[in-house]
Amino acid sequence: MKTFYKKFSEKFIEGLLMLSGTVTSLTVILIVIFLFKEGLGVFDKKPVEEGYVIAINKNNAIRKITSAEIKNIYDQKITHWNEVGGKPDSIVLFRLEDISNFYSDDEIGENFEGLPNCINRLVDSLPNIIAFFPEKYLIKDFKGKQLEIDKIKLAEFFGGKEWLPTAQPSAQLGVLPLIMGTLWVSLGAILLALPLGLAAAVYMSEIAKDNVRRIMKPLIELLAGIPSVVYGFFGLVIIVPLIQKTFNLPVGETGLAGSIILGIMALPTIITISEDAMRNTPRAMKEASLALGASKWQTIYKVVVPYSISGITAGAILGIGRAIGETMAVLMVTGNAAVMPHSILEPVRTIPATIAAELGEASNGGLHYKALFALGCILFLITLFINLTVEFVTSRNKHNKH
Amino acid sequence: MYKIESKNVDFFYGSSQALKNINIAIKPNTVTALIGPSGCGKSTYLRLFNRMNDLIDNTKISGQILIDGDDIYAKGVNVDSLRKKVGMVFQKPNPFPKTIFENVAYGLRVNGISDKKIIEERVETSIKQVVLWDEVKDKLKKSAFELSGGQQQRLCIARALAIQPSIILMDEPTSALDPISTSKVEELIYELKTKYTIVIVTHNMQQAGRVSDTTAFFYMGELIEYDNTKTIFTNPKIERTQNYITGRFG
Repeated sequence: MKTFYKKFSEKFIEGLLMLSGTVTSLTVILIVIFLFKEGLGVFDKKPVEEGYVIAINKNNAIRKITSAEIKNIYDQKITHWNEVGGKPDSIVLFRLEDISNFYSDDEIGENFEGLPNCINRLVDSLPNIIAFFPEKYLIKDFKGKQLEIDKIKLAEFFGGKEWLPTAQPSAQLGVLPLIMGTLWVSLGAILLALPLGLAAAVYMSEIAKDNVRRIMKPLIELLAGIPSVVYGFFGLVIIVPLIQKTFNLPVGETGLAGSIILGIMALPTIITISEDAMRNTPRAMKEASLALGASKWQTIYKVVVPYSISGITAGAILGIGRAIGETMAVLMVTGNAAVMPHSILEPVRTIPATIAAELGEASNGGLHYKALFALGCILFLITLFINLTVEFVTSRNKHNKH
Repeated sequence: MYKIESKNVDFFYGSSQALKNINIAIKPNTVTALIGPSGCGKSTYLRLFNRMNDLIDNTKISGQILIDGDDIYAKGVNVDSLRKKVGMVFQKPNPFPKTIFENVAYGLRVNGISDKKIIEERVETSIKQVVLWDEVKDKLKKSAFELSGGQQQRLCIARALAIQPSIILMDEPTSALDPISTSKVEELIYELKTKYTIVIVTHNMQQAGRVSDTTAFFYMGELIEYDNTKTIFTNPKIERTQNYITGRFG
């Protein structure tokens, strides 16, 4: 009887353990599926907001138009139809609020009941018009022509240089500036953190006395535990004004500020992982080098660093990984201008900061919402790539050492 | 003139004394074996000659160790150049994760020799000295880890020889090797004696008897007896030495 209970309870605990493993794996898979389902939905959407139409005169030869062209027309960067493949006539812009320039209040009616008719007549009478208005003002036998608008294309999404997800009449969803912003800030962070982190790791593993190390290591690990919003706060109050003064800039919220903060945040990862790797260098290896008359420094850079290079690489890559995914601190110090960065001293916007800042204002299921999820997918793929690289680097190393 | 002289050497790990008043004088071009049970201090003593114990925190030495008449623990001694003069071979073969060639060239490079011709010459001579040349001459560019344990140990000896030391310290150099590799290393020690002064720590009594000219027997941090190997093995003056050598304890 006793053995039965023992067996039963063991099986029961085993079952519980398996359940927790399964639940965790399933959750991960579900999150990824959800992310991609929502994110890929953006390519099923049109850049013009649902419920709105863009119409032209029926004699106009244009049938299709891209999102970027619509934007340029409404920004008056394109002023003639021949620039988009039509006749060389200048374009007449029409927005709903312009209606009173053409018709009297009586014709429009107190409750806009005459509006659909007015629009119909207007589009019919002006051969070079382009009109943007809500679909509900479209009458049944509309005499103009509705422009066909393509769905968001992959090339447009990744190659577009403008991120204006709420622009009217046509949203611009070019993620290039955001990807570039993310990479710039992360690259800057790693350029700052890697030398400093490596130096600290070498010092702690090879030079520092044991009691110094015992104080320093927990301190550095504490750095990893500081909430990121606190880093952001620190950056905003100390680093941003400092950058503004030093470089005499109009604003201090720049990519550089983000890089500095992220660099500090990546330091503990880089230091602890590469220090562990260096301390794993066999003592016999170091002694062999010293016994041949090599100095401490020669031993460090000719034996210790090469021996632990894969650990150091892993630390650096994981550090970048943290930098790329970091949201709050970056959101606070980089200025968040979604434009292509030309220098590290300009405001930039990263992918995570974009998602955090804009998700609140994006309507559920809409174009903007899906576009943000697509950004999430990109971020996920970048970090996945980073993790696989670490995996590859560390596993390759295991084959090298016996 | 003695090559190595140790005068009243005491050595401490923290507060525990590992060596007590050791006095030894070693003649040039001889092989000296340090024997004794585990923990008797023989390896610690060996590592004093190239100041390898400096790497361990909280250690202290008193007394004098003279090499070629100079106190190597005096102030202002350049430890790196001392180690160039006093090479060392370790218990386990410990080649660097580099090619066979680079392993031997390492000591030359860190000592500032960059002339390709000189390096190639010295590497070849050193590997020939340890009778490894025929086995590795076609794979100098391959990783040293591809060699067998015995070959690796001979490579490590070649590595030590490349920087042209005058003393070679060997810390149980054959304890990780098979009998055939062991006898090869022993032959090598016998040949190297003509050019170098060798101090070897060994657990293997037969080995001490075969390769050494003088033997020092250590017990609990003290030097019990130091004499010609022949005398120690056939007619020791102290009973404890006799007991150890005949295997009654140890």
